[in-house]
Amino acid sequence: MADVDEIRVIGADHRDSTAGSPTLGGQRAGWEHFPHGADIGVRGWGATAAAAFEQAALATSAIVVDPSLIRSETAVDLSCEAASLEDLLVEWLNAVIFEMSTRQMVFGAFTVEIDGQRLTAAARGERFDPDRHDGGVEPKGATYTMLRVAHRGDGAWEAQCVVDV
Amino acid sequence: MDLRGLVRKDDTEWWIEPRGSMRVPGVLYASEALIREMDDKVAEQVRNVASLPGIVNASYAMPDAHWGYGFPIGGVAAFDPDEGGVVSAGGVGFDISCGVRTIVTGLREETIEPVKPKLADELFRRIPAGMGQRGYLRLDDDELDAMLTGGARWAVARGYGRPEDLERIEDDGRAADAVPAEVSRKARDRQRDQVGTLGSGNHYLEVQRVARIPAPEIAEVFDLREGEIVVSIHCGSRGLGHQIGTDYLARMVKRQSDFTLSIPDRELACAPIRSDLGESYLGAMRAGINCALANRQVLTHLVREALGTLFPDATLDVLYDVSHNTCKVEEHVVDGRRKRLFVHRKGATRAFGPGHPDLPEPLRTIGQPVLIGGTMGTASYVLVGTPEGRARAFGSSCHGAGRRLSRHAAVKQFGGRQVIDELGRRGILVRSRSTRGVAEEAPNAYKDVTAVVEAAERAGLSRAVARLEPVIVVKG
Repeated sequence: MADVDEIRVIGADHRDSTAGSPTLGGQRAGWEHFPHGADIGVRGWGATAAAAFEQAALATSAIVVDPSLIRSETAVDLSCEAASLEDLLVEWLNAVIFEMSTRQMVFGAFTVEIDGQRLTAAARGERFDPDRHDGGVEPKGATYTMLRVAHRGDGAWEAQCVVDV
Repeated sequence: MDLRGLVRKDDTEWWIEPRGSMRVPGVLYASEALIREMDDKVAEQVRNVASLPGIVNASYAMPDAHWGYGFPIGGVAAFDPDEGGVVSAGGVGFDISCGVRTIVTGLREETIEPVKPKLADELFRRIPAGMGQRGYLRLDDDELDAMLTGGARWAVARGYGRPEDLERIEDDGRAADAVPAEVSRKARDRQRDQVGTLGSGNHYLEVQRVARIPAPEIAEVFDLREGEIVVSIHCGSRGLGHQIGTDYLARMVKRQSDFTLSIPDRELACAPIRSDLGESYLGAMRAGINCALANRQVLTHLVREALGTLFPDATLDVLYDVSHNTCKVEEHVVDGRRKRLFVHRKGATRAFGPGHPDLPEPLRTIGQPVLIGGTMGTASYVLVGTPEGRARAFGSSCHGAGRRLSRHAAVKQFGGRQVIDELGRRGILVRSRSTRGVAEEAPNAYKDVTAVVEAAERAGLSRAVARLEPVIVVKG
């Protein structure tokens, strides 16, 4: 389990590319957005599938607010299940979107554990504050479009899909 | 888009002839310039939709079509339940019944000019817009059920609006056969305090001036006159609709093997109309439509309150309310026979022509108003359905401009403050809590809505009645 500060640093290091797949040279974990029509693709990568899922969730958070601006005031526990890792990514991001929507919260740090078909996680963040958070667009749901969870040739895991906004 | 895969039938009609698993042709309505701008993925998605069971006539794309999920955005497809036809959660989209409502005010632009900033502030203060904003209503489960069953009729019965508003809304303000019990706990939880909120992204409230009237005889019936002020609202079914889309897309994906449907793309996941899951989705989706209709009705009430404080004489009648993410049961004539079809419109607007029995007087002899949202710096349009439109894409037309730049690219190119200042110099007042949101929605991030409207007119899908230009913009 990575601690909150560590994940924040990683998030702040993300590269702002809009196209192409990431070259992971030197970067242990990170996230980025990629364009898809009116919507936004989210991509996270890390040493394990769980780490890549954490980063993909940070990318989803970043649709709304720069994660480095989010204080870790409250922790929310989440869990979900799916038959495949790819479906689990969609379920996971939808669980995060649901918590953002119902709690009016934004999250700046995630810790994820994956055990077979089951994912358990903690999301840390705070209530959305229009005075400090320059809110972008609200995510509506994760989609199966450009959905991929894969162990890459360079040893890193990558997790991505398009989020409808 | 590569034109080589298309057969040009005339100026604005392009066919993809059936091949492989396609059951019907693909038909794209657009000018050559718009077709060239379209992503090749639109053609792929049109072909994929053409392969679904029970599809009738063709898989259509409107002039503003772009790459969506499973279905293209700007896609229209009708399915026959007697021929194994399907319903698709992706074919409706996440923002169920997202749409546009326009309210005529009877006010002249010179009347509002001296108090424009005050009016902008008043609207911004009263209309909950953007992230983290809650509505004024808190609904318990019983009241939520009443809203999901009653749509705009529920809102009017609760005092949010006038009875005469209802006939100016598709389906008289209420989707029949909604089944709130098919709406999940999660979807309900996402809606508790979201009724009467605008949302974020491309949703907006605009005060607009009628800038030009290409069809004066129709504009007269629509109560639109050059130099007068209207208010338009673009929003949808908020968190509840998004969660219904999320829930049923996942359920349909999981059930594909049960239905022995071979789909080329998981986002096309669907269920036979006559199946347990198909019926569940239709019941939930109609509840989602009612949520959107109730939402726009409550927002209309807030608009009336805001304008009423400054202009007690304003008429504030609803011109019309259109939805552009729906699946509706409609009667259409196919091969000389009257059929009951399930028409999916994903980023496409119903555009019934004159004589359609579903239209109220005095619109029945004229045709349905078709409300097209533009950008905060260009224009929106009021169109009208055409007599010939019914034979093309089941009486459907375009829905907006479509993005030219991704949100990311827009933020890189435009500063939100700079966009607000530039529009301010042109007399357009923007009120938003989010400069980033404004940058993402910068006018230059969108394609030319006028080119889309012209193509829809040349294709006979609809006819331009009035051009509306923004004066005040409230964004999420």
